[in-house]
Amino acid sequence: MAIKQVSEEKVREIVRRWGGREGFLVEMLQDVQTEYRYIPEAAIRTLSKEVGVPVGQIYHLATFFKRFSLKPRGEYVISVCTGTACHVKGAPRVLDACARELGISVGETTKDGTFTLEEVRCLGCCGLAAVVTVNDDIHGHVTTSKVPRLLKRYKGTEKASHGEADD
Amino acid sequence: MPYRLHLMVCAGTGCVSNHALELRDALSAELAKRGLGKEIEVVTTGCNGFCGVGPILLVQPDGIFYQKVQVKDVPLLVEEHLVKGRPVKSLMFTPPEAKEPVPKMRDIPFFGKQMLVALRNRGMIDPEKIEDYIARGGYQALAKALTTMTPKQIIEEIKASGLRGRGGGGFPTGIKWETCVHAHSDDGVRYLVCNADEGDPGAFMDRSIIEGDPHSVIEGMVIGAYAIGAHQGYIYVRHEYPLALRRFTIALDQAREYGLLGKDILGTGFDFDIEVHRGAGAFVCGESTALMASIEGRVGEPRAKYIHTVEVGLYNKPTVLNNVETFANVPVIIERGAKWFAAIGTEHSKGTKVFSLAGRVKNTGLVEVPMGLSLRELIFDIGGGIADDGEFKAVQTGGPSGGFIPEDLLDLPVDYEKLYEAGSMMGSGGVVVMDETSCMVDVARFFVDFLQSESCGKCTPCREGIKALHGILSRICDGKGSEADLAMLEELCSVIADTSLCALGGSAPNPVLTSIRYFRSEYEAHIQGKCPAGVCRALITFRINDKCTGCHLCFKACPTSAVLGEPKQMHTIIQEKCIKCGACYDVCKFDAVTKE
Repeated sequence: MAIKQVSEEKVREIVRRWGGREGFLVEMLQDVQTEYRYIPEAAIRTLSKEVGVPVGQIYHLATFFKRFSLKPRGEYVISVCTGTACHVKGAPRVLDACARELGISVGETTKDGTFTLEEVRCLGCCGLAAVVTVNDDIHGHVTTSKVPRLLKRYKGTEKASHGEADD
Repeated sequence: MPYRLHLMVCAGTGCVSNHALELRDALSAELAKRGLGKEIEVVTTGCNGFCGVGPILLVQPDGIFYQKVQVKDVPLLVEEHLVKGRPVKSLMFTPPEAKEPVPKMRDIPFFGKQMLVALRNRGMIDPEKIEDYIARGGYQALAKALTTMTPKQIIEEIKASGLRGRGGGGFPTGIKWETCVHAHSDDGVRYLVCNADEGDPGAFMDRSIIEGDPHSVIEGMVIGAYAIGAHQGYIYVRHEYPLALRRFTIALDQAREYGLLGKDILGTGFDFDIEVHRGAGAFVCGESTALMASIEGRVGEPRAKYIHTVEVGLYNKPTVLNNVETFANVPVIIERGAKWFAAIGTEHSKGTKVFSLAGRVKNTGLVEVPMGLSLRELIFDIGGGIADDGEFKAVQTGGPSGGFIPEDLLDLPVDYEKLYEAGSMMGSGGVVVMDETSCMVDVARFFVDFLQSESCGKCTPCREGIKALHGILSRICDGKGSEADLAMLEELCSVIADTSLCALGGSAPNPVLTSIRYFRSEYEAHIQGKCPAGVCRALITFRINDKCTGCHLCFKACPTSAVLGEPKQMHTIIQEKCIKCGACYDVCKFDAVTKE
């Protein structure tokens, strides 16, 4: 999927949505991340100009929080929960299985820009451990042997249907 | 005409991911098809807590509890139970020790031993309807507080109740509020903040409260704001909780519409509103000063707290910061009185506490119990014991800041002081159970790894010290540790605990110290080249024994073609090719793959 062109007007609209308040900088960055799947440099400059804070402060925020990325993320972000409950139920091995299946390491994006593989620290669904999310879909009770089939649903196909049976 | 029956479909995150919403739609469609739509109402509720057996369906007023209900079960369920009045046994829950399924929710041990205060509306209301909350007595406490009590009386009531912060610190809430009122503010501005940046891995009570009963948090916040004289409030919620965010926003709009939030609340002239801020994935933002920095649009780095945030907090104004569960308790205390609340619990820990039971326990989920219940009751009576009939090894409380508690301390009553004495802490209430398949060194390393990546890097002991701990623990897990490493770990831990800037670093040594204190033999085994639990990869070997039937599953599962063998013949593993991923172990149905 092609990377969206950064539009200054779009970023200005996000600033307006949050009243241009410095206190909402994190929220504005959240919206930029959602819009472009990363935080483009141009957006940082526009935010700086519109909100009236130094570029450095926004760059600091954009690199401090895990949700933000300075590089484009894949269309599907695979987040393997590595919280305590999931860890005890084999999350590290599930993570390895995803990495093997996609041929990338944690934090990387596949060449075609389809998948990004990430770790997330507890999604609060500990009763369903081990948990993997693909964008907003939550998959519970995942084991290494279920990984290939799980990923296949999103691979190559059109938008995978949301909320299919997990096990 | 009132409905004859209500079908309460659990729509917490756990059940939704198990397709509860599809179940709801199927139920509505089936009822409409049979012309029962006017007699029976389908309601989506918040989390019931028993996440391991979702999706959950509760038929009221009978109290019949169904579990793992699939869309395909709907026609049978409607026909048998709702039309013919014969509850469906096959969909009921059978507790691990029982032979027969238990029809009623309150008879299931998981629910029977609980006492609901913060979760009082659990499974009873639609969290997206303020009318449901009001029908259950919601906002009465607010009316009582605003019209019949002075701010001082409210603070006295909260102090007398003995309510302590549920986010982990355990600071008395009433005293916090009182200190804030007495703190100097030039223009009289004070802020009230709700901490919903629930970051402890293994804890999800805050998420569940907001998803299931958002108005209880709003009501508690408005009462708190009135008590301290704040007109602006904030809630800081993790972005990883989209459902909680959505429901809280809906609840805010409804409360404003009903005159329970915003200008001139309930016509008393008191103004207060709440703004939502989404966290962007930083564990340290659960720390008070880091959280406030983040609300101001700066990075979430803690500052030294010579002056507490109740005096100089958000935008340099006196600020009260309380956790979600703490606020959810407030309306109940105002309504039923401090005496009632203080009668529950132990001498210094009053009321109830919500815990999330997870890990290697049969019944995973969210439970609320009186303070002072023993860990044994929590894990074995409510939790149903160890999953797959394994053997209990340790329980970890308090997230990465807490510690491990071994079997001989299982009768410890759960309260702030007792857990602290054992080297752990209450934390926000995560309880992760471990059995013989969990390696204590590996789990200690896991927490240290977590804290290493979550350390904000501002102060040296935390940034460098935790990294050094991680290096030593990794060395031990790789079988390259020595006796001297243990002494070094202990020394490092004491320096980190004494010199870190905030609680993240200050409590980081807890998992390491308690694992050494109670499970020293496991460390020693690693140093001698063995991982007793079979977790640490460098120290284990996978083999296939003669139980192998040649089903060929492991052959197909192996990513490196390390498994050799023809179908229906016994298979073997080529050790040189094996990367110890455990895929063969996971797929084997005959216990033929062993870990040594």
